[in-house]
Order: sequence, then C-alpha cells, then structure tokens
Amino acid sequence: MAALGRAALLLSFALVVYAVVAGGYAAWRKRRRLALSAQNALLAAFGTTLVAAIVLWSALARRDFSFVYVSEHISRALPTGYALSAFWGGQEGSLLLWLLILTGYSALAVFLNRRARDLVPWVVPVLGGVAVFFSFMLCFVSSPFATQAAPADGAGMQPSLQNPYMLAHPPMLYLGYVGLTIPFAFAMGALLSGRTDERWIVLTRRWTLAAWTFLGVGQLLGAHWAYVEIGWGGYYAWDPVENAAFMPWLAATAFLHSVMIQEKRGMLKVWNMVLVALAFCLSIFGTFLTRSGVINSIHSFSQSPLGGWFLGFIVIATVFSVGLIYLRLPLLKARTKLESLVSREATFLYNNLLLVAFCLTILWGVVYPLLTQALRGETRSVSKPYYNFFLHSFGLPLLLLMGIGPLVAWRRASLRSLGRMFVLPFVAAVVTGGVLLALGYGSSTPGLLAYTFSAFVAVSIVLEFVKGSRAAGSIFRLVSRNRRRYGGYLVHAAVLLFAIGVAGSSAYQTVRERGLQPGQSLQVAGYTLTYERLDSTQASNHTAIRSTIDVSRGGSHVTTLHPGKNTYPVEQTTSNEVSIYHDPRNIGDLFLIADQIDKNGTLYLKALVKPLVNLIWVAGFLFVFGALVAMWPDAVEQRRLAERYAPGAAVA
Amino acid sequence: MTLALVLAAVLAVAAVAFVARPFLHEPAPRSDRLDELGEADRRRLELVEDRDRALAALKELEFDHRTGKVTDEDYRAQVGPLRRRAAEALKALEPRAEARHERITRAG
Repeated sequence: MAALGRAALLLSFALVVYAVVAGGYAAWRKRRRLALSAQNALLAAFGTTLVAAIVLWSALARRDFSFVYVSEHISRALPTGYALSAFWGGQEGSLLLWLLILTGYSALAVFLNRRARDLVPWVVPVLGGVAVFFSFMLCFVSSPFATQAAPADGAGMQPSLQNPYMLAHPPMLYLGYVGLTIPFAFAMGALLSGRTDERWIVLTRRWTLAAWTFLGVGQLLGAHWAYVEIGWGGYYAWDPVENAAFMPWLAATAFLHSVMIQEKRGMLKVWNMVLVALAFCLSIFGTFLTRSGVINSIHSFSQSPLGGWFLGFIVIATVFSVGLIYLRLPLLKARTKLESLVSREATFLYNNLLLVAFCLTILWGVVYPLLTQALRGETRSVSKPYYNFFLHSFGLPLLLLMGIGPLVAWRRASLRSLGRMFVLPFVAAVVTGGVLLALGYGSSTPGLLAYTFSAFVAVSIVLEFVKGSRAAGSIFRLVSRNRRRYGGYLVHAAVLLFAIGVAGSSAYQTVRERGLQPGQSLQVAGYTLTYERLDSTQASNHTAIRSTIDVSRGGSHVTTLHPGKNTYPVEQTTSNEVSIYHDPRNIGDLFLIADQIDKNGTLYLKALVKPLVNLIWVAGFLFVFGALVAMWPDAVEQRRLAERYAPGAAVA
Repeated sequence: MTLALVLAAVLAVAAVAFVARPFLHEPAPRSDRLDELGEADRRRLELVEDRDRALAALKELEFDHRTGKVTDEDYRAQVGPLRRRAAEALKALEPRAEARHERITRAG
C-alpha cells in the first residue's frame, strides 16, 4: 500500500501546483471557470492527502514494518493508541499532518467563502503555494512511504511520548500553526486583489480566533505533558521548540487585538498586515525548529535534510509578504487618526507593542545560539534568566494593561472618568499588595507585583460585567449582544488565573531533596514524606519500579505516593515517573520525583511543593470557554455583514 | 501492488474529473468573467464601512456613558461630532448621492 500513499501524495502535489498556476492565472485574467477549477483542485488535494494519511495510519495500526517510518517509530509491544499517535511522532508523519490539516482547512475556507468571488480566487494560489512546499517535501525530500524488507520488530517509541497528552498535544499545536495560514492567505489575497477593505478580516475572524485557541490549548497540553511526564518538576523550560509555539501565539494575540482597531476606527491597516504575516512566518519557523534538528531539544527530531528547504521557504514567504505590503502601501492608508494617547485604542496599541517586543526578544533568544554557531562556530545558549527578565519586563505591564484597557473609553478618556473607574481596582491592588507583604510574600518582587496587578485586573473584569449587566439589563443580554468583547474578557480572566498559577508555582515554590533508606523521612513545607519500600512490576513494553511514600501533615496521614522509574528494553531507555498529590488547600501540588534508585534500595527523592499550580490547568478550561463565547456566531452581526457584502449591494 | 496502482488510478481519474467539473458543467457559458468590484462599488463599500463604524462608535459611546466610563461632560462633547459623522455617512449612501458621486467620478 506504500505505492498508493506515494501516488496519493504525488497527486496532491500536482493538484496544488495546478491550484497555484491555474488559480493565479484565473485571478489575474478574471477567468471564472478556471478559478472554480483551481478551487476544486484545492478541495481534491484534501481528498488525496487524506488517502495518503489513511495509508500511513493503516500501516501503523497493522505494524507493517516494511514501511521504514513504521519500523523507526513503533514496536509490536506498543499499545495501539500510541502506535496510531506515531503518525505525528516523527518527521515525515508530522509533515503529512501539516499537509492534511492545511488542505483540509483550505478546502473548508474556500468552500465556506465561495461567494466572495472577487477575493477567494486570489486566496487560492496563496493557499496552494504553501501546500506546494509541504507536498514537495513529502514527495521528494522526506517521504513517509519509503519501504524496506520488513524487520521482525520496530525501534519503538520514545517513552516520554507514550503519554495520553501526546495523543492531543501535537495535533492541537498543528491545528493552530496551520490555522494561521488562512488569515495570512486571505490577507495576501486582499493585497493581491487590491481589496484592502475589511472583508478579509470579516471572513477570517473566526479562523484566526480558532487557530489562536488551538495554539493556546496545544501549548497548555504540552505544558501539562512536560509537568507529569518529563519529571523535572516544571511545565515550561523556555525550550526553543516550546518558544517556537509561543511566538506565533504572541503575534496572533497582538493581531487579534489590533484588528479590532481596524474594524472600529479604520486604523493600523499596515500593522495588521505585518502582524498576520509575522504570525504565519513564525508558525513556519516553529515547524522548521522542530523538524530541522538545528536545535538540541527533547521535542526536535534528529538532524535532517529539511532545514535548508524550510529556511528557503521562510525567506520566500517573508520577501513575498513584505514586498506585497510595500507595493500596496497606498491602499493601506489609515482613514482616521489616534485621537488621544489615553483611549481604548491607545491601550491596544501599547499592548501590541509589548506583545511584539516580547515575541521578538524570544525570537532573538532562539536565533542567537544558531547564529553564533553558524557564523563563529561557537556553542552558546540563551537560558532561563534571559527569558525571565523579559517575561517580567513585558509580561507584568501586559498583565496590568489587561486591567486598564477595559476601563478606558474609546477615542479619548478624561482624567475624571479614569479616576472614577480606577478607584476600586486600585484599592484592591494596594490592599492585596499590602496584605501579601505583611504575610511575608515580599521575597519575590515579580511574584508580589504579579499578585498586585492580578487583583487590579480581577476587579476591573468583575466591574465590567457588573456595570455592563446593569446597563444592558442582564448578564445574558450583555454577553449575547457583544460576544466578542465579553468572550474576550473571559479569556482575560483565564490569562489572569494562568498568571496567578505561574507566579505561585514558580516564585513561591519549595524544593527539598535527599537520599532516603526505607523508614527514613523528608520534611517539606509542612509535609512529612516517609519512604516505605520499592516494588517492581512488568508491563507490556516496560518494567516499572515504584517506591511507596507515606505523606503526612501534622501527624495525620494525607496520602500515599509512588514516584519511580520505567525501563523500556526495546527503546533502551529509562524514564522518570513522577507522583503528584493535588492539595485542595492551596490549589497546589506536592510533586515527587525519584531522581535515582540505587541497587541497595536507596532512593534519592526530590520533593517540590508548588502552590496554586492547578490554576494553570483550570485556566485552560476558562480559556476555551471564553474563546468559544467570542467565536459563537452573532445572528444580528451576520445579517449586517451579509447586507454589507451582498452581491447586489456592493459587488456588481 | 496491483491493487494499490488500480486505487491510485481511480483516485487520479476522480481528481481530474472534479478539477475539470466547471468546464464539463458549463462547456459554453454566457459569461466566463469573474466578479470584481467597480470603482462605484468600492466607493459604496467604503461608505458602508464608514457608516457601520460611525454607528458602532455611537453605540459604544452610549454604552460607555451608561457604564460610567464616559462622564456626562465627555459624552456631550463627543456625541455631537459622532452623530454628524453617522449622518454624513448615511447621507452619502443615499441612492441620489451615490449616483451624483458616480457622475462626478465619471466626469472627473
């Protein structure tokens, strides 16, 4: 069946090349049937790519080791769920997933917007162009359908990937990464067609929001995976590949805010084009970092031939977008000006500057070691203090702005109205800061500032809902009349919970470690951890060694935890298996790591107490809920937009 | 292998037929030209966007005033210009104004 997979991919390649060539010609020469034919080619490319994906999935399910990809990534003993997830566990499969999602999204976007007959023909060649790159890579550089004489068993899967989170984390990230192609393609289509009105924004609003949500959820799932699986006690290590997903998310966050200024005031048209192109290029850059192997990371695959191709594509995409924006500058002139530096739109602008500055400093942190290696042959690394410095420098003002923005009126705000609106949040912030200082939490200045600002933001969000509900008559009417705004505030509340969780679990965590013999104890943040014994069990593809730790507090038994290690004979590797107690008192965790287990039974135990850490995961649910509220269609707005863009109204 | 090749051939034929569908469906269409916005349509769309922005701005101002974000004094100072802008946008969209604009554009 590998031949079918190869043929399906070749067909996909031919179809997307046709979509670019025929679609581009049709849009340029205004040929209706040819444009429709190019659109159909994009739709058909999804079908052929799906066939290729089914072939690979079926080979993984059947453990068909005549496929090189299958033999390199799974073994007979691997449970079927994980075997199927190996689709995105390797380089070639990940590229195929990219193409599958891209052609799926493209087909859906083209189909749903087929009535935008003056814009979509220009969007098709752009979407096709991105798909040409990925299908070319799959057909001619890195094929998942290479075959061999089947070995008796495969190499198996890296143990850290054998985790339920790995079933969802990579696809979520890809849904986000690839999703950013749609607003990019519509933006470029708008520039190519000269239709720089708001239509491309209207058509891609939900696509952008959905891609941004997937990217956010994907990162949270990845953070939770790292937390429970990697076994070092953290959830984000500023690993270059983690940063690779964070950067497009930051750029997309800036875009989601600045695009509102264009819709409401007709401003920032150039900036929005730049942001949408930046988010797209960073999503490709993220894929490059993961696939090229240029960076030593737990996420990246080994050295591969993809690096040069990806760099070339990023350069082409950047030159294409910047050139197009430059050529269309006369069409992107703002129709109004910023009336005051103290206004809602000004706070959006400040938020954008901070987000983009943060994004670029992270980019520099990722790129700097690569450049020094390439130019000087020196091995340099940019570590946690660099990123934490910028997290504090840009993240804390961003947090505060999240509270200030909603309190400021559009166009301009007077000092009197600001004073009136700020009084309650300000008092809440000062009281919170004072109480925390009095309780001895001044040991971490960023932590103290984060909580003080969080109090400000929390009260400002509550005030928005309370005052808005009073003005609208009810909270239901308030939210249903402006889902984007209040969905956005719910997302702000999620970011707030996230910030509180991060500050609590990093600035105020306690860490203790020591070697223990059975019967010995370790004290940490009020807990007594008593090491009782070691047990060993045999699973289908690994041997599990687990310690038994009795956890007590104030002499009372709280729980029993079992940190340990798994040994995987096929993969010839050992993994840390942490054990966690979720403490409802401080919404935090007692996190135990069996750092080392000696043959004589000595256990080197590392214990971390991480207050408020579970707020990070709770924030994820609120984030999704808020995003869904913001995305939910508004019938009144849909009617207004339909009337605005109806063929009889504006389009001849 | 043979089955795979047969399936691949079927897939290729289906894809080609689907891509060729617009030509097979309409072998001799009355018009094969893509829709595009004329100058008058573009101008009209600009005006509609201006109108919507002006009306939304008025709505925002009213709401911000009711929630206390805008003081009475600021409200009075801002509502007049915004209403004027909305009225101008609505007026510009009246059919007669549009036709006049089109005539001026053609003449100019």
